[in-house]
Amino acid sequence: MLIKRKTADVQRGRLQTAIAGLSSGVMDRRAFLRRSGLVAGGIAAAGALQIGSVRKAEAAGLGPATGTKIIKNICTHCSVGCTVKAEVANGVWVGQEPAWESPINRGSHCAKGASVRELVHGDRRIKYPMKLVDGQWQRISWDVAINEIGDKMNEIRAKSGADSVYLLGSAKFSNEGAYLFRKFAAFWGTNNVDHQARICHSTTVAGVANTWGYGAMTNSYNDIRNSKTILFMGSNAAEAHPVSMQHILVGKEQNRANVIVFDPRLTRTAAHATDYIRIRSGTDIAVIWGMMWHIFKNGWEDKDFQAARVYGMDDVRKEVEKYDPKTVEDITGVPEAQMKRAAETFAKVKPATFIWCMGVTQHSVGTANVRAICNLLLATGNVGGMGNGANIFRGHCNVQGATDFGLDIANLPCYYGLVEGAWRHWARVWDVPYDYFVTRFDEVPAKGGRPARTRKANMETSGHTSTRWFDAANLPTEQVDQKDNLKAMFVMGHGGNTIPRMPDAVKGLEKLELLVVADPHPTNFVSLGGRKNGTYLLPIGTQFECSGSRTCSNRSVQWGEKIVEPIFEAASDYFVIYKLAQKLGFADPMHKNFEMIQGKYGPEPSAESILREINKGGWSTGYTGQSPERLKLHMEHQDKFDLVSLRGAVGSPVENDFYGLPWPCWGTPELKHPGTHILYNTSLAANNGGGTFRPRFGLTRERTLADGSKVNDTLLAENGSYSLNSEIKDGYPEFTMGVLKKLGWDADLTPKELETITWIGGNAIDAVNWANDLSGGIQRVALAHGCVPYGNGKARANAWNLPDPVPTHREPIYSPRVDLVAKWPARPDERTLRIPNLHTSVQKAAVEKGIAKSFPIILTSGRLVEYEGGGEETRSNRWLAELQQDMFVEINPADATARGIRDGAFVWVSGPENNSKARVKALVTERVGKGVAFMPFHFGGFYQGQDQRGNYPKGTDPIVLGESVNVVTTYGYDPVTAMHEGKVTLCQIAAA
Amino acid sequence: MARMKFLCDADRCIECNACVTACKNENEVPWGINRRRVVTINDGKPGERSISMACMHCTDAPCAAVCPVDCFYTTADAVVLHSKDLCIGCGYCFYACPFGAPQYPKVGNFGSRGKMDKCTYCSGGPEVDLSPVEFQKYGSNRLAEGKLPLCAEMCSTKSLLAGDGEIIAQIYKERVVKRGYGSGAWGWQTAYKETIAI
Repeated sequence: MLIKRKTADVQRGRLQTAIAGLSSGVMDRRAFLRRSGLVAGGIAAAGALQIGSVRKAEAAGLGPATGTKIIKNICTHCSVGCTVKAEVANGVWVGQEPAWESPINRGSHCAKGASVRELVHGDRRIKYPMKLVDGQWQRISWDVAINEIGDKMNEIRAKSGADSVYLLGSAKFSNEGAYLFRKFAAFWGTNNVDHQARICHSTTVAGVANTWGYGAMTNSYNDIRNSKTILFMGSNAAEAHPVSMQHILVGKEQNRANVIVFDPRLTRTAAHATDYIRIRSGTDIAVIWGMMWHIFKNGWEDKDFQAARVYGMDDVRKEVEKYDPKTVEDITGVPEAQMKRAAETFAKVKPATFIWCMGVTQHSVGTANVRAICNLLLATGNVGGMGNGANIFRGHCNVQGATDFGLDIANLPCYYGLVEGAWRHWARVWDVPYDYFVTRFDEVPAKGGRPARTRKANMETSGHTSTRWFDAANLPTEQVDQKDNLKAMFVMGHGGNTIPRMPDAVKGLEKLELLVVADPHPTNFVSLGGRKNGTYLLPIGTQFECSGSRTCSNRSVQWGEKIVEPIFEAASDYFVIYKLAQKLGFADPMHKNFEMIQGKYGPEPSAESILREINKGGWSTGYTGQSPERLKLHMEHQDKFDLVSLRGAVGSPVENDFYGLPWPCWGTPELKHPGTHILYNTSLAANNGGGTFRPRFGLTRERTLADGSKVNDTLLAENGSYSLNSEIKDGYPEFTMGVLKKLGWDADLTPKELETITWIGGNAIDAVNWANDLSGGIQRVALAHGCVPYGNGKARANAWNLPDPVPTHREPIYSPRVDLVAKWPARPDERTLRIPNLHTSVQKAAVEKGIAKSFPIILTSGRLVEYEGGGEETRSNRWLAELQQDMFVEINPADATARGIRDGAFVWVSGPENNSKARVKALVTERVGKGVAFMPFHFGGFYQGQDQRGNYPKGTDPIVLGESVNVVTTYGYDPVTAMHEGKVTLCQIAAA
Repeated sequence: MARMKFLCDADRCIECNACVTACKNENEVPWGINRRRVVTINDGKPGERSISMACMHCTDAPCAAVCPVDCFYTTADAVVLHSKDLCIGCGYCFYACPFGAPQYPKVGNFGSRGKMDKCTYCSGGPEVDLSPVEFQKYGSNRLAEGKLPLCAEMCSTKSLLAGDGEIIAQIYKERVVKRGYGSGAWGWQTAYKETIAI
């Protein structure tokens, strides 16, 4: 079967580009090209083959495949943002070529990226809309599907309220898809809208944003080339973000940088480290405080940085005193000498960057973990410059963008929150009356001792999180703080096996009256449990079958072009959301600003016009300068950007821009702000990508002195800390019309800008600010005076509004160290986001039941390079599936021997809740320490030993099935974001 | 004249398997046939290193020496190819190969081997360049298009190098000098009877 034809030209000289940039920096790219006559000569000389063939290439019998097009899109797996270059002939994706010109991946891919073409072969894709009728899958038409789903949603709405329909979105959406889905939720009238960021970096976003302003990676993958110390904690980049290792290893080689890895496992990343330090899972705060104990004691901190740019470090100092080396070794298992060496290196060999992933975030103390790390960076002055920073590697291709656009229970797009001002802002952008939205939300009756909520109050109350959707279905209704329990799930692009407590999820699934899975693959939502009716499968194209922008981890926004039309009867996200909105009766007001184009099955909004609406409203995050035209220009001129600084070359059409206009990209597109490569970087001017810490939490903070008197500490930057060329040589608050007036800068506003500001402000014009001024005038004027629109404040070492303002070590909910639980207990029971969060009760019960004795092995989870997320898509890809055919558990030889377990044999892994158990293969390895087991989280389709292949519609079952680790993982939720405790629980393993 | 070689920089390889799936993608290699694979030594222990392995296109290739039907030939670029029309699937080359490169599809119920398949350095086979029949039998012919094997082109960390031996040796030398360590050009002594002196 020939499914690949090539154009017949012998392309001489192309090898130059192929080899350029491979060296370790001794030769630069240009020098290499000058010298590469050798290479060109080499291939040109490759004249004749020995056996009857000619080098002049001819596709005999077919003729050259004319019209082969090259289309660029972005890899849909991790967040690195590798450019995928597709060769398309006659509407068929026939080949993948390396995208040398992308400054992010320079042609490279990992196993997943190098095999994405298989996704649109699609052997295992959902081929057409289906519904489950008495346990049998029936083919239906799109019209029937949308009609029936819409009718059922309306019925549930009438009976139980809008909040009873859960809208679960996706980090796979384009920015435009994510925004559209959030807008859909607003029109439907619920804040129960979420996506994978909840289970990946929600605690990062909460922790980081509460420290210095924005919830995102501060620098970029490329910038790590500048680092001299690279510290990984709970991140296995070699498997989870392989292409990032290109930049990291070059940094390591060129700067002889220290690479320190803290992890319970000796990961593939650790194999390339200069220092590997094994820690006990769930002791991250003690590790960080243990490092800081040495830093404070030896005076390795950056006092000037702290004085100018940090609030409350003394409160941290006080807490850190408790973490002397002996205490820390007892908690974490790290010996003093190792800890001291890591601390000294991190504080003294600068710039130092801290990289973390889910090993830090997926804990019941996730937000506090993140906050501790931020404090380490602040104490050592390692944020806001080249080569340093909080390099948070995010998980999915657009999890940053989907977070930015508010697929989140607590935010409207661009982190405006849910307050009235936020709703009014977006209502203005959408050109829909604010009052309309109020009418769409439920009134919540008084329940369980809580007062009733009006429609408006409900509209401003955070929704229910995806980590506990089944609790909202299962718990007694008086415990669930909304009108009624969850009755329906509308799931777009989200796996069903990615959150703990799957036995409870099975019960939840049985309670749902309606389950809609809109996805390229059926996902575990379909295979799990025994639903017989009320389940719909809608085939959706992958992002390769859809145009739009996506934001990678470093905040660069990249435009991807549709490579092929959605295959089979699949449709685009835009089409499905539009059709459903139409059925529910709000498509017209929702789509009034969009340009409707002819899609595969009818009109759908164009991605460009959605992005333009985002540009119109995304002031708070600087999503206003990234017009479709600018993004497309960047994709066209990817080769013009510097590999390290990401700056566009002088004289090129993208001169001075940073690649992908990383947000914040202030002002209108016409202002030509270059984007912000490094956040909070004061060594650049505000209009050239510079920044400051964002004062979001007031201007002063009261402090009580020892004698009982009170002083007000400033929360604005001091000691001459400001971004380059700032006209205000001091800290300053965010810009409002009032501030402009005080400074006398309001005269710089154009009459048109003033007109818009007056329209927004009415008779309180002074309150109009940089984030809700739709004219962009306030931002423009601030930038013209060298100021950052959001102000110039201090980062907070003490975040007083969080549950643990200064982080403190707390034992995991299921702790193996029962003796430490009394001294370092979990937080008291509380309510987190609409339902109870029983930290203490569950932890105490575990101790009382002696769980640590009967389940003596710590269980942690993580990624494999071949698969991603819940894994249904990648396990359906035959090129990937072949490489990992079995679900397994890593177990230490000592534990295996004690249990009579052979390598490769089947074992039962049992968990401490619900009598849960999983049958998997044993991988006996020293990668995990004694008493620790590891399981990858990508598998599904087996449940407690039962093969569920038959639950998938015929021909859509993934090639590889396996038990999900989340069958045995357990309770434990972060008090801020309800992040699950996926990275530490207890288990027992026995030979099967 | 170019002398095409592979070089895997073991200090850069992270076992991401991009080379493996890139090969599958480019050549439409069926399930069960692995022209390229990644081998990890000391897996899970300190000193863990990975190396991406495929046919190294040896000088005086041992596979060619033992082939009873003489189906191997070496191209002007020093790439070792074979003719599937001549191959009888005897398996001798598998025993001769120091790298475990030859692969055989299973064609019958009694374990009989089909015609041997292996890495072609993305340069097709004896059929007419870029013809459908060449693609069917051997996979793509990137060299004829002036491109290098896709495995090396897509390597996530630029660990796997392909190209003229002199040039990739030079790149590797520069790396080792710059970073101060290198575990050597793995397999070169066996395949090419030489090493990279630094």
